[in-house]
Amino acid sequence: MIGRSITFRKILLLAPLLLFLGLAYVVPFLGVVRWSFTMPEVGLGQYRALLTDPLVQSVFIRTLRICLIVTAAVLVTAYAIAYVWVRGSSVQRMLAEFCILVPFWISVLTRAFGWLAMLSNRGLINTWLQSAGIISEPFALARNELGVIIGMTHFLIPFAVFPIASAMRSIDERVLLAARGMGASRTRIFWTVFVPLTYGGLIGAALIVFVFALGFFVTPAILGGGRSVMVAELVYLRIFQSPDWGLGAAISVVLVLFIGALLALMRRFIKPAHLIG
Amino acid sequence: MSSSRPGPVILFVATAVALFLLMPLIAVIPVSFTPARFLSMPSGTLSLRHYQALIDNPAWGQSILLSLRIGILSSVIATALATMFGLGIWMFQPRFSALLIGFVLLPLVVPPVVSAMTLYFLMTALSSFNNWIGYDTWLGVTLAHAVMITPFAVVLILVALFQVDRRIDLAARGLGANLATRAFRIIIPNIKFGIATAALLSFVLSWEEIGVTLFITSVNAITLPRLMWMGLRDNIDPAIAAISVLLIVITAIILAFRIFIDRRRTIDPQ
Repeated sequence: MIGRSITFRKILLLAPLLLFLGLAYVVPFLGVVRWSFTMPEVGLGQYRALLTDPLVQSVFIRTLRICLIVTAAVLVTAYAIAYVWVRGSSVQRMLAEFCILVPFWISVLTRAFGWLAMLSNRGLINTWLQSAGIISEPFALARNELGVIIGMTHFLIPFAVFPIASAMRSIDERVLLAARGMGASRTRIFWTVFVPLTYGGLIGAALIVFVFALGFFVTPAILGGGRSVMVAELVYLRIFQSPDWGLGAAISVVLVLFIGALLALMRRFIKPAHLIG
Repeated sequence: MSSSRPGPVILFVATAVALFLLMPLIAVIPVSFTPARFLSMPSGTLSLRHYQALIDNPAWGQSILLSLRIGILSSVIATALATMFGLGIWMFQPRFSALLIGFVLLPLVVPPVVSAMTLYFLMTALSSFNNWIGYDTWLGVTLAHAVMITPFAVVLILVALFQVDRRIDLAARGLGANLATRAFRIIIPNIKFGIATAALLSFVLSWEEIGVTLFITSVNAITLPRLMWMGLRDNIDPAIAAISVLLIVITAIILAFRIFIDRRRTIDPQ
């Protein structure tokens, strides 16, 4: 009897959330999967379209290209600021933390708008360059792929800083001292000792950034201005502009499978606690 | 330590990155004071007309109230569910803990657009048999937000729980405390800061949620981000710069408050 009542209490605590997500998330997702096979007609037609439609393919290729560029840009920039955040003087550490956390807490929409204010034809950069007489016509910085890459890099840097910084913090100081004691220069210690010891954090960061970038929607939609459509925006367009729910659903299913496979491959590098600052 | 203090090269790069991170947040400030009707830098005269527009146009006030209501309710739901789940995991250590936690974190890992599609399906299904919770209703948005923010609340609460010393719970148990006493008088007081952080983060995430909201609303349930989105797509309304400046200022204040509490907590642990 006692055993049974413990089971009952355990279920009482665990079940509400499991049921909630099961009913409000997993079941509807199965509905989306069904859409992908039944809309507009039963069969694999939508998946065939994914493989053959040149428009869909160009969007997939553009998405992959942008994600790879953004991931590389984020890793380099996040590494530099994470290094100062972890190993700088106390003032440097505070400034770095401020610059990482403030944008992190500000909404994606506000940040995308900030980049429009920065990059658009009448924005900060073009106004300055024109009034300084350096250029006569505004540069096209937003409403294209460059704008999307800048905006996404900006959005994702904090997400990469957390795992990288946590890898940097766990480095044993004595290893660096040993390298120094044996006469290695600072540059040499950095590249041959310090950086290799943070590979775990770098891989984790790369994974998080790449996965987030793949499903990105708001920033490309605003900064791409409809000209540089990525996969997530394509789903939106297929549902709300040219009602083709089946194709939107099929893209969703493929995205989930792709990311599931990626995460399964890289499982040991993922620590959920690192996703939050 | 001195052997690995940042050198000039990395300091230079990090400074550039720091400026890059703050740049767009600073750029909205001058734009919000432009006298023009379109997104532009003010030249010469400054104007408060876009701040005035926030007051004059009732749509802004309404959407702020709606976002507050949705944010508070979905944050309460998410925090309550996450706290119960965390307690269950911590107190009973069920056999498939890792699997259960992984399951609960699904909405966090799945690409936002897929979650949006999934919740769109849910809302259209719900709308087919009731008028309250469903597509383009505020309760529907609340439900969808609760789904999206619960994983974050779970992570924060689990992190707080894993810092609790198991021996105090064992002591309470040894002294004959029942489950409710252990939960409410022993464990929850020890993670109250984690619960508060989870509630705050949940609220903020709901307050600024746009990806899912975009899929499940059209004309009735216009949250603040939804309204901003509408003014961002085609002709950019500088009123968005004004509201953005306000949001940035509020965020900075809340962040400063959090850092202040963090610091006080580390100096004076109760």
